[in-house]
Amino acid sequence: MLCCVCKEKEATVHLTQIAGDKMQKVDLCEDCAKQKGVNDPAGFSLADLLLGLGASQEMEQATGGAEVKCPACGFTQADFKKAGRLGCAQCYQTFAEGLEQLLKSMHKGTRHRGKVPAALRESQDLAERLKTLQKKLEKAVTDENFEQAAQCRDEIKETKEKIAAIALT
Amino acid sequence: MNIHEFLPPPSETARREGPHSKIVMSSRVRLARNLKGVAFPGWAKKAERIRALEIVRPAVEQLPAMKHAFSESMDNLTPLDKQILVERHLISRENAAKNAGSGLVLNKEESLCVMINEEDHLRMQALRPGLQLKQAWATIDQFDSQLEKKVEYAFDPSLGYLTACPTNLGTGIRVSAMLHLPGLVLSEQINQIISAVNKLGLAVRGLYGEGTEALGNVFQVSNQMTLGESEPDIVERLNKVLAQIIEHEENARGSLLEKKPKTVMDQIGRAYGILANSHRVSSKETMNLLSFMRLGVDLGLFPDVERGLVDELFVITQPAHLQKQFSEKLGADERDLLRSDMLRERLRNVSRPLNTPAGHGTGAKLDKPAEE
Repeated sequence: MLCCVCKEKEATVHLTQIAGDKMQKVDLCEDCAKQKGVNDPAGFSLADLLLGLGASQEMEQATGGAEVKCPACGFTQADFKKAGRLGCAQCYQTFAEGLEQLLKSMHKGTRHRGKVPAALRESQDLAERLKTLQKKLEKAVTDENFEQAAQCRDEIKETKEKIAAIALT
Repeated sequence: MNIHEFLPPPSETARREGPHSKIVMSSRVRLARNLKGVAFPGWAKKAERIRALEIVRPAVEQLPAMKHAFSESMDNLTPLDKQILVERHLISRENAAKNAGSGLVLNKEESLCVMINEEDHLRMQALRPGLQLKQAWATIDQFDSQLEKKVEYAFDPSLGYLTACPTNLGTGIRVSAMLHLPGLVLSEQINQIISAVNKLGLAVRGLYGEGTEALGNVFQVSNQMTLGESEPDIVERLNKVLAQIIEHEENARGSLLEKKPKTVMDQIGRAYGILANSHRVSSKETMNLLSFMRLGVDLGLFPDVERGLVDELFVITQPAHLQKQFSEKLGADERDLLRSDMLRERLRNVSRPLNTPAGHGTGAKLDKPAEE
């Protein structure tokens, strides 16, 4: 088995990390292992290594080798390979396909669980409410319940105004 | 006001204690945040970085927690100032390397510190002495909730807070504790513990974070995964692991004293001997020796010394803190001489360690955290 960093020498150092129900493996030759600080347990973590290693490869595969450029900031895959960091928030959309595998191997899940900015939470709630109201309105119209339909229409108008007010601030 | 006038003296900060501060030196929770519509600092052009700084810095300064804070652009700090901040664990080495377009806002108590335009537009951290991760999270959560009203974050409902490095994506949280583990090092169990902790998806690093040596038997344990798990869950998971590490360290100390008392006493005695009597000592050697002296204090071998003194020496013997006390620029060799002068002076009235640990055999109390 060849070393997955230099792809030249025989891999003699095999690392496995198990986090939750996921297993990650890395095979390295002695030189690369030393260079990556594998022998220094305090300074080494598998995620750091995987990040530098797997990320750009996976992105290349995902895009079939074509050069993708972020429309917002001009960042390319090659830049990611070099820096291990992305260019801007938009890059997460631009490189979404390639990043998905990477995020899977790196994190507990691929969907955010946790804090949401309050303003967003509010607008999410309002969007939800708008949907419910629109359904209610449709039903009221089909049922020819015009009194309720009128009430729904007023509430929809009110909710839309609130959404617009949030968008403005 | 310059940073030296602003920072509280180490004699004060080193004496702040928290729960389990015998083994847990400090707790820290850091959040990474970025502005919507501005490229990340590593990719942004200088003008864009400065624009981000101009948006973020006043917003941070206005928060109630930052009343009377120290706020400065990184290019107005000298390399010595920055090194002092690194030695106090207030900024990262990465941030210390930044100049124009990066900034720092630090509160009076050294308990809240915001780095602007480091790897992300915002890196805000809450620091606490001892094991207080929950409290640190509560503090920084509140701070973040106030700040989000003033600046708009880059946030995606499915990916969470968007960060320059995908390793921080989602919650953008890094929960960490700095641990003093001489027992596990002396009993040669430390590598086992590190690999066990790594397998749980947590990182173990040296004294100054990523890629640094574990000087003075000090290790940092932190979460690695930030996406797919909520902040309180991450804090809870780390707390559980830390409780176990604390227990292992206590057990290691107990069994060392039982099985190899001479090894332990010898290390502590030698550490005291060199620290109190040498005439040339490097910063690295000092830290490793102070670690054993700290252990000696924990074991009751230095009845007239408080742990705070050792922790203070930990800070003030480091290169930048030492340099600060002298106006002329010191070379490494001069520093080693002056460091030993200072240590001899500070330890002049400290009696040599007792020959047997106080309370040993009469059931020395273990500092074992209660299960939550």
